[in-house]
Amino acid sequence: MITDSKAAVMAHALPDDETLLDRLQHAAFNYFTRTQNPDNGLVADTTRENAPSSIAVIGFALSVYPVGAERGWMGRPEALRRSLAVLRFLMDSDQSGSAGSTGYRGFYFHFLDMNSGTRVWLSELSLIDTGFLMAGVLTAATYFSADTAEETELRRLADALYCRVDWRWAQGEGSALTHGWKPECGFLNYGWEGYSEAILLYALGLGSPTHALTDQSYSAWTVTYQWENLYGIDFLYAGPLFIHQFSHAWIDFRDIRDAFMREKKCDYFENSRRATCIQREYAIRNPRGFIDYDADTWGLSAGDGPDTTPRRIDGRYQTFYGYAARGVPYGPDDGTLCGSSVLSSLVFAPELVLPALRKLWMRSDAEDTAFIRASGFNPTVSENGTNSWISNGEFGLDQGMIVLMIENYRSGLLWRLGRSNRFLRTGLKRAGFRGGWL
Amino acid sequence: MNTHLVRSSEPYPLLIIGAGPAGLAAAHMAARDGFRVALIEAHLLGGLALNYGSVPTQALIRTSRLYAEMRDAQLYGAQAPAPVEVDFARAMSRMRRIRARLCRFNTKDRITADGIDLFFGKARFSSEDTVDVDGTRLRFRKALIATGSRSLLPRIPGLDDAGFLTNETVFDLTTLPKSLLVIGGGPVGCELAQAFCRFGARTIIVHAEPLFLPMEERDAAQLLTQALAHDGIEIHLNTRVVNVQTAGGKKIVEIVNDGNVATIEVDEILTGIGRVPAILGLNLKAAGVAYQPDSGVQVDDFLRTTNPRIFAAGDAGLKHRFIDTAEASALIAVHNALHRGRRRLSSLTIPWCTYTDPEIAHVGMYVREARERGIPVKTFTVPMHDVVRAIVDGEENGFVKIHVREGTDTILGATVVARHAGEMINGLSLAMVAGIGLSTMARVIHAYPTQAQAIKKAAQAYVKTRKSRWYETIFRRWFDR
Repeated sequence: MITDSKAAVMAHALPDDETLLDRLQHAAFNYFTRTQNPDNGLVADTTRENAPSSIAVIGFALSVYPVGAERGWMGRPEALRRSLAVLRFLMDSDQSGSAGSTGYRGFYFHFLDMNSGTRVWLSELSLIDTGFLMAGVLTAATYFSADTAEETELRRLADALYCRVDWRWAQGEGSALTHGWKPECGFLNYGWEGYSEAILLYALGLGSPTHALTDQSYSAWTVTYQWENLYGIDFLYAGPLFIHQFSHAWIDFRDIRDAFMREKKCDYFENSRRATCIQREYAIRNPRGFIDYDADTWGLSAGDGPDTTPRRIDGRYQTFYGYAARGVPYGPDDGTLCGSSVLSSLVFAPELVLPALRKLWMRSDAEDTAFIRASGFNPTVSENGTNSWISNGEFGLDQGMIVLMIENYRSGLLWRLGRSNRFLRTGLKRAGFRGGWL
Repeated sequence: MNTHLVRSSEPYPLLIIGAGPAGLAAAHMAARDGFRVALIEAHLLGGLALNYGSVPTQALIRTSRLYAEMRDAQLYGAQAPAPVEVDFARAMSRMRRIRARLCRFNTKDRITADGIDLFFGKARFSSEDTVDVDGTRLRFRKALIATGSRSLLPRIPGLDDAGFLTNETVFDLTTLPKSLLVIGGGPVGCELAQAFCRFGARTIIVHAEPLFLPMEERDAAQLLTQALAHDGIEIHLNTRVVNVQTAGGKKIVEIVNDGNVATIEVDEILTGIGRVPAILGLNLKAAGVAYQPDSGVQVDDFLRTTNPRIFAAGDAGLKHRFIDTAEASALIAVHNALHRGRRRLSSLTIPWCTYTDPEIAHVGMYVREARERGIPVKTFTVPMHDVVRAIVDGEENGFVKIHVREGTDTILGATVVARHAGEMINGLSLAMVAGIGLSTMARVIHAYPTQAQAIKKAAQAYVKTRKSRWYETIFRRWFDR
């Protein structure tokens, strides 16, 4: 609800919520048709020049096509054709793990050349990004359920790709999952510490009929959780907002609980709602005095931001972080907010998100959703005559989350598909989830 | 030269090797209790902390903090003279003055005046109940190994030839190096890196792990990373130094991060990768004392070694290498050795602090430890930006986290990240030792405005959640009637 008098005056210029959401979702959907290589189905990481493909964005694309088909933005045959193109490419790709290959043991390098599909930027064999890819692969397999030759082929390819992923290998020497692997140095020296989007990764890894994670893996990770009371709100702590959102694009966490959430009498959906409230509380406090932070202007998450030279703000020396995972309450915080992460909390707290969305709309140029969908904006940094720094271009992850989370808010499509996927159901059960739709 | 001849052929009731914090505390306690004590020191009285450790480091940190505040004067509504010129020699001179002054607390004369027989020289066990000190054989009934620790030097090709500073030799510097590469992001590495950066040296820190201070909570380590970056330190996490060469008077350091190789050119290298027990040369085998070169002398919970006559305290045998722990463990060892006591090391509540800015202090259990033991744990968190005094002081960077057993107000542990975290943690340590829970702490009036009110706010947050549960129960019963 808009309480600000100026906002109330301008409200007549706003489209109604459903129209606004439809415009945003459709605009975000168009990203995937614009940036896909039709020959191999790969999708660009961003709209920036020479951007490589990101395997995570491919996963989002595979999840977005069914939405487009259901919304009438794309015919079902085209959605199927685009999905098949990328699944065929992935199935036939070089899995040798060499420096110039596409993947290894069923996992994929984070960034691939848009044309050849081989590894670029010395990127890592990424577990979490392969997880997003596989979430998309399984979504496509569940959606394209018709008994036709092409849809049968898609399901066969999807099963083969998913079953090829060697999750057990990715545990390395320990119980918990590693972050990734490189041909140059082996497993990366990072682990998943604390609650994160890796919950999707564990659900996928535990559900595999071929190379499943061990029984101990999930508890080896959740033992690092921290249940905190912050700003008077109890929640499973993680700083950046995206952590509380990404897994929820595919998994309906309402009313299902693992051992940790049973102990805390909460669930991950409710936890994300609380995390959204905490983001708002932080913006109200605005400890660093950034411009425009308030009850309807919030959202610290992973995203692009200015990387300009440090400057003094109210006497305080402030550095800027470029692309970074920003979070609350400990930062990093350089005044950059992320509109797409606000939108991605729509399912959890519409009463907070819709007013924020209307305010974002009023900041942007008329009829243009680019401002809201940008990877980040920073009202404290003014450049090139504008009153707010805005990230250049569009990022595939942001557009994917916008499409999927608005869809879950509007129809729950992705959640329905996730609920009926046997691998995800098995994975969640093995992780100890019970109740609700399980 | 030893201060006296051995006055008796009778074995010493207590012989102590090492006159650092643990050894001195033990010697004074035993002497006060009326026992003849032999105290052997191979180098300097006062040990590591006084000569190369926290005392000189703290002195430099204090001066460097002042320079940082002068540069940030605008934040405090002040105007510092421009430019702020650093006088490094003066800072080092102050550090030496302070060190010399504190040395006077434990002079040779004061120690011997307390009835302690002081020997200078290298100690070496010759049997299970004798020690040789530069040709003098001393017999003992009980002995305490309190030799402390020494710098852990990394084995890096070319490092020895290129030359490097350690946390011992760094205090001999007279001029500020233009650039300094610190190897290791433990407490010592982080503290000195921040100090030298604030003095104006281009400072690079290379740490093999993904986060600084591997023992500490992730949020604390991440806040520290932000703070060090804010100071201007070039940070290379998850990175190893693999080679060092010299060229044109500079040291060329090769580093590797996830297979990516880079080189950095600096004037000086400081190794701060940690410490290992200083037990080499003691001939522990002759005394029947088991040990490991990395972890030190093997002791049980009563600080007894595998030779029941011999005990160990401080860095020589403990995982926690802090001055206060060294002293506390020494007192336990003396009590158990001379009074047939049964005091346990595990009964100690040990706080510690890394003196970066902000400081990072901890006491008790970490959340992960508690969860691994199956203890349900809940954390009450108060960011310093919610604390009036921290806002007024412009010191909002940090938090207080108090971990309690879920459903109770029993404090399991706490982490404080704040400008004065080392001071704040003491109240929490006291509460833990005295068994004071958050309910009681919420009732304690804290002076206003102080940064320690963050602790009271955490306690009040606990009380609020308890009331919510109480109201919930009452309402449920009411509606269920």
